[in-house]
Amino acid sequence: MSANLASFLYLVSGVLFIMALRGLSHPTTSRKGNLYGMVGMGIAIVTTLVYATPSFGGFVLIVAGIAIGGGIGAVIAKRIAMTAMPQLVAAFHSLVGLAAVMVAAAAMYAPESFGIGTLGAIHAQALVEMSLGVAIGAVTFTGSIIAFLKLDGRMSGKPILLPMRHIINASLAIALVVLIILLVTTQSTTIFWLIVAASLVLGVLIIVPIGGADMPVVVSMLNSYSGWAAAGIGFTLGNLALIITGALVGSSGAILSYIMCKGMNRSFISVILGGFGGETAAASDDGIDRTVKQGSADDAAYLMANAQKVIIVPGYGMAVAQAQHAVRELADKLKAAGVEVKYAIHPVAGRMPGHMNVLLAEAQVPYDEVFELEDINSEFAQADVAYVIGANDVTNPAARDDKSSPIYGMPILDVDKARTCLFVKRSLGSGYAGIDNTLFYKDGTMMLLGDAKKMTDDIVKAMDH
Amino acid sequence: MEPTALERALDQLDSAVASVRAAMEGMQAADVADAAGALAHGASGGAIDPFVFRLAIFVLAIFVGYYVVWSVTPALHTPLMSVTNAISSVIVVGALLAVGISASGLATGFGFVALVLASVNIFGGFLVTSRMLAMYKKKDK
Repeated sequence: MSANLASFLYLVSGVLFIMALRGLSHPTTSRKGNLYGMVGMGIAIVTTLVYATPSFGGFVLIVAGIAIGGGIGAVIAKRIAMTAMPQLVAAFHSLVGLAAVMVAAAAMYAPESFGIGTLGAIHAQALVEMSLGVAIGAVTFTGSIIAFLKLDGRMSGKPILLPMRHIINASLAIALVVLIILLVTTQSTTIFWLIVAASLVLGVLIIVPIGGADMPVVVSMLNSYSGWAAAGIGFTLGNLALIITGALVGSSGAILSYIMCKGMNRSFISVILGGFGGETAAASDDGIDRTVKQGSADDAAYLMANAQKVIIVPGYGMAVAQAQHAVRELADKLKAAGVEVKYAIHPVAGRMPGHMNVLLAEAQVPYDEVFELEDINSEFAQADVAYVIGANDVTNPAARDDKSSPIYGMPILDVDKARTCLFVKRSLGSGYAGIDNTLFYKDGTMMLLGDAKKMTDDIVKAMDH
Repeated sequence: MEPTALERALDQLDSAVASVRAAMEGMQAADVADAAGALAHGASGGAIDPFVFRLAIFVLAIFVGYYVVWSVTPALHTPLMSVTNAISSVIVVGALLAVGISASGLATGFGFVALVLASVNIFGGFLVTSRMLAMYKKKDK
C-alpha cells in the first residue's frame, strides 16, 4: 500500500467519525452514526496493518492484544448498568489517557518505527508534540481515575482542599514546561518519565478539590482532554485520522463543559479552582417560616389522578434509587387515566450530560415526552402537578429570587409555578450544593419523605384503589 | 512553447511522487507521516513545512467539531461522550505500529499495553453506545 493511499484512507476514517457525531443530532439517525464510527475505526486499523505489514510474531501479538482488550470491553459494555454510565465513561477516559502515554513511550524507545528520527536523535518538533500528548494523557489518566472513584462512591464527593494547592499546581505546570525543554535538548528517557510523573500528580491535584455536584463539568472536561492527548500523539505520528479525531473529541468535550457550566451559572475557572459543594450552610434565621407540609403516597396519588397535566422532574436521586422504571409505571397509570404526562430535564441533572435521558430511555420512556429546560419551563404554570423525584438544587427558587444565594442566577426548572409541587426526598436535608431549598416551605409544595423508588411504587399502588 | 498550468502542476506532482519515493527508500519502516509530509513538501515546492498542513487540518477539524457537536440533541449527550470516547481510541494505530514493526522490546511492550487499553475502549465504547441508542424509542402511536 502506498503512503498516499494510506493517508487517504485515514482521511476517510476521519470523515466517517465526523459523520458518527453528526448522526447524534437525532435519535433516529444516531444508530447509523454509530455504525459509521465503527466502520471508520475498522478502516483505520486495517489500513495500519496493511501499510505497516507487521512480522508474523508482531501480527500474533496484535491479534492477541485486540482479542484480550476487545473481550474485556465487550463484556463490560454488555454487563454495565445504565445507572453506572458516568463512572464507566470516566473509566474509559482514563484508558485513552494511559494509552496515549504508552504510545508515546513506545515512540520514545523506538522512534524509527514511527519515522520520527532515531534513538537519541528524535526530531525536536516530534518531541514537543509527543510531550504535550503525553502530559495531557497522563493528566487525563489520573484525573479520570479520581473522577471514577468519586462517581462510583468509592471516594467521598466532598472536595479535598489542600493548603496552597494553587501554588502547587502552578509550580507543577511550570516544572512541566521546563522538563519539556530539557527533553528536547537532552533526549533523555529519564526526563520523559519525569514528565509523565509530574503530569500524573497534576491530574490528581486538579480533580480532588472538585465537589460531587460539579462532576458533569469534570467528566466533560476529561472527555475534552482525552481528545487533545490523542491529537498530540496524532501530530507526532502525522496521522490524519488521529489529528481529526483528537480535534473533534477535544471540541466536543469543551462544548459539553461549557453547556454544563452554563447550566450551573458558574464559570469554568471557578469549577476548576474547586471547593464548591460539600460544605453545609448553617440554617440561617432569615424570617422564612420553615414549616413544611408533608403528604403520603395516597395524597399524591389522589392529586395526580385528578390532574390534567403532570410534569415529572427527575434528578440524581432517581438514578441512585434506580427509580426510573417505577416512574415509567406511574406515568403509564396516569396516561391510562387521561392525564397528560411530560418529563422536564435540567442540563445538569445527574452526574454527566444527558444522564437522565439515558435512564428514562432505559425505562422505555419515549424520547418525545422528554423535554429540555428551555422547551418546557413555561409549561409549569399550566401544570397541575410537578413531581420532583431526586432533583433538588435545580428546582430551588432561591436561584431565581434570592440575590444573596450562592446559586443565584443558575437557570432552574420553575416547579414552584405548578399548582402543586410533589417533592420526593429522603429527608429534609439540603442538596449537593449544601443550600437550603426555599421550595420546601412554599404553600403549594407537599413533601413526600421516603426512598424515591419506594414512594413511587406506593403511589402506583395507591392509584389502583 | 510556454509550459501550461497543467504541465507545471504535473511537474510538481512528479517531484512530489519522487520525494515520497525518496522518503520511502530512506527509511525501511517509513511512516505515513513523513511520506505525507514529504508529499506536501514537494507540492509546495519545499517552502512549507508539513507541520503547517497538519495544523491546518487540525484547526479546521476543531471548527467542524464545534458545529457538529452543537447540533447534537441534549438528550443524546451521554451517547455523545461514549462515542467520542470510542473514536478517540483510534490512537490504536500508534499502538499497532509499535507492536507490529518496532525493533525494541520495551517499545513493543508499551505498544502492547496501549493496544489492549485502546481495544477495551473501542469495543466497550461502540457497544455501550449502541446499547444506549437502541433504548431511545418514539411514542407508539
